[in-house]
Amino acid sequence: MSAAMDTESTYSGYSHYSGHSKKAHRQGRDRHKSPRSKDGSRSEKSVTIQTPPAEPLLGNDASRAEEGQDDNWGETTTAITGTSEHSISQEDIARISKDLEDSVGLDCKRYLGLTVAAVLGLLVFLTPIAFILLPQILWRDDLEPCGTVCEGLFISVAFKLLILLIGTWALFFRQPKADLPRVFVFRALLLVLIFLFVFSYWLFYGVRILDSKDTNYQGIVQYAVSLVDALLFIHYLAIVLLELRQLQPTFTVKVVRSTDGESRYYSLGHLSIQRAALVVLENYYRDFTVYNPALLTASKSRAAKHMAGLKVYNVDGPGNNASGQSRAMIAAAARRRDSSHNELYYEEADHERRVRKRRARLVVAVEEAFTHIKRLQAEEQQKAPGEMMDPREAAQAIFPSMARALQKYLRTTRQQQYHSMESILQHLSFCITNNMTPKAFLERYLNPGPTLQYDRDRWFSKQWTLVSEEAVTSGLQDGVVFVLKCLDFSLVVNVKKIPFIKLSEEFIDPKSHKFVLRLQSETSV
Amino acid sequence: SYLFSFSFQQRIEIHKLRQGDNLILGFSIGGGIDQDPTQNPFSEDKTDKGIYVTRVTEGGPAEVAGLQIGDKIMQVNGWDMTMVTHDQARKRLTKRNEEVVRLLVTRQSLQKAVQQSMMS
Repeated sequence: MSAAMDTESTYSGYSHYSGHSKKAHRQGRDRHKSPRSKDGSRSEKSVTIQTPPAEPLLGNDASRAEEGQDDNWGETTTAITGTSEHSISQEDIARISKDLEDSVGLDCKRYLGLTVAAVLGLLVFLTPIAFILLPQILWRDDLEPCGTVCEGLFISVAFKLLILLIGTWALFFRQPKADLPRVFVFRALLLVLIFLFVFSYWLFYGVRILDSKDTNYQGIVQYAVSLVDALLFIHYLAIVLLELRQLQPTFTVKVVRSTDGESRYYSLGHLSIQRAALVVLENYYRDFTVYNPALLTASKSRAAKHMAGLKVYNVDGPGNNASGQSRAMIAAAARRRDSSHNELYYEEADHERRVRKRRARLVVAVEEAFTHIKRLQAEEQQKAPGEMMDPREAAQAIFPSMARALQKYLRTTRQQQYHSMESILQHLSFCITNNMTPKAFLERYLNPGPTLQYDRDRWFSKQWTLVSEEAVTSGLQDGVVFVLKCLDFSLVVNVKKIPFIKLSEEFIDPKSHKFVLRLQSETSV
Repeated sequence: SYLFSFSFQQRIEIHKLRQGDNLILGFSIGGGIDQDPTQNPFSEDKTDKGIYVTRVTEGGPAEVAGLQIGDKIMQVNGWDMTMVTHDQARKRLTKRNEEVVRLLVTRQSLQKAVQQSMMS
């Protein structure tokens, strides 16, 4: 209920500044302010069915929820029917259960891998030090004295270990930014290699040096130095395998979103399928416009109309020819004279015009609103302390004059659920603080932006599944197709190899550029 | 029915008209080996650098004699005109001491198929 209280406070703040609006208008407008951002994870999860009040509203279908905040709500609505405010639709149940079950299982695997690697790393790091110290501890008196040579070797071991430490920290100690389905093949190989390597060194050390109590200390120290050198080379191998190999682009990848066909191309090097999927997803959040289910309703209704056109009844009883039936249906549908293309054309032209009109009104309203604000310079700030406002107050002061135009525009372009009043106010005060022009303020609202720009609750895409016919740890090949699915849509990824380019050279002598005049004259005789 | 074109040669005799101090023939020429043959609208072969009649003034001596626009001038008074520069062609046509020029021209013509004319 605290969420409801919070939203009530924002509504009251809003109505205070828009004193000129009538009650009915206010009610209509409030419908579209979504206070959802305060609700956290419960966004778009409650559905309330009500009959609309006097003013008909767009976007009141399907999923938009409303908790009546207005005092006059009860008077003007004719009936309130349906479920309670906290009912959950079927899709949301699926979504919640999926969230729960996935978060528990994979964490164990990740932490296990991390601990194994950490233990191995520590062991490997301490090994050369152990090699050097053990003879000193165990049979100090028998050792041959070894003067400057050994001291020089001690210094070199110390610095090489320091370099190895810094390099390992830079390369491996990074926060994992993703949870991948299968283990990294190269990392696992490297861990195994290091383990075998160090194991064989210990074996040799244990048998030849510890058991026989070798007295040649210089030889022992040089053995330890060779271990550190080899570890540095393995680190170099790790850099090449894990970082450098995929830098050179070898494949071009086409990513298409299944719901609206938006597509992008990316260049990748030699990667496994799961790592390529990771790259694609990282770029998805930045490059693709946010998934907006409200934009798909038009094509869905058209599809429904196509299917509803013909009904086929089987009058001959069982034993029907199902494929023949469907073919007959398709043929009949093709022959039917359909004017839906006409409707589509006029509807789209109409919508385009409406959007442009609303956009023009919005731009004018915002420009006018911005002229009311002036930044005070330092000297002027002392002169009139009473009128000074901080950015938030200034934003709240000019917001009402542009609020209606902005809301109408967002409604027409079906973006209204992505921008709550609070977020608009915050953005406005941000723009005022940074001296942005009205156009810069509007840039966020005029066109749908990438998914990252919006609140996390509005993303329909947080949990991804990689669907692939080949093993996800195998490398990319030409013609590989894999699909990244989330609950509402999927991204189809098509891999193509960058062609082998044959480049030849041609030398042009700078003196060889010569020209001639071509005329066509006409003479009268 | 279909159309095909062929060219035939014609001899044309033009009597020059005196206008003030000049003797004029009443047509304009284009082409020449020093000109750009691809810009010639009348030639069938765009590498043809011959001299073509580009304009015929109405009522002038050339029109009276039967010269038509698009004709290719092959000879002037026995002088060959297929391999001359534009200026040489002009000079050969405007010699002051000649009052009559005899041209050998080639003209393209479109003819309907003989079949159709026989059937109709």
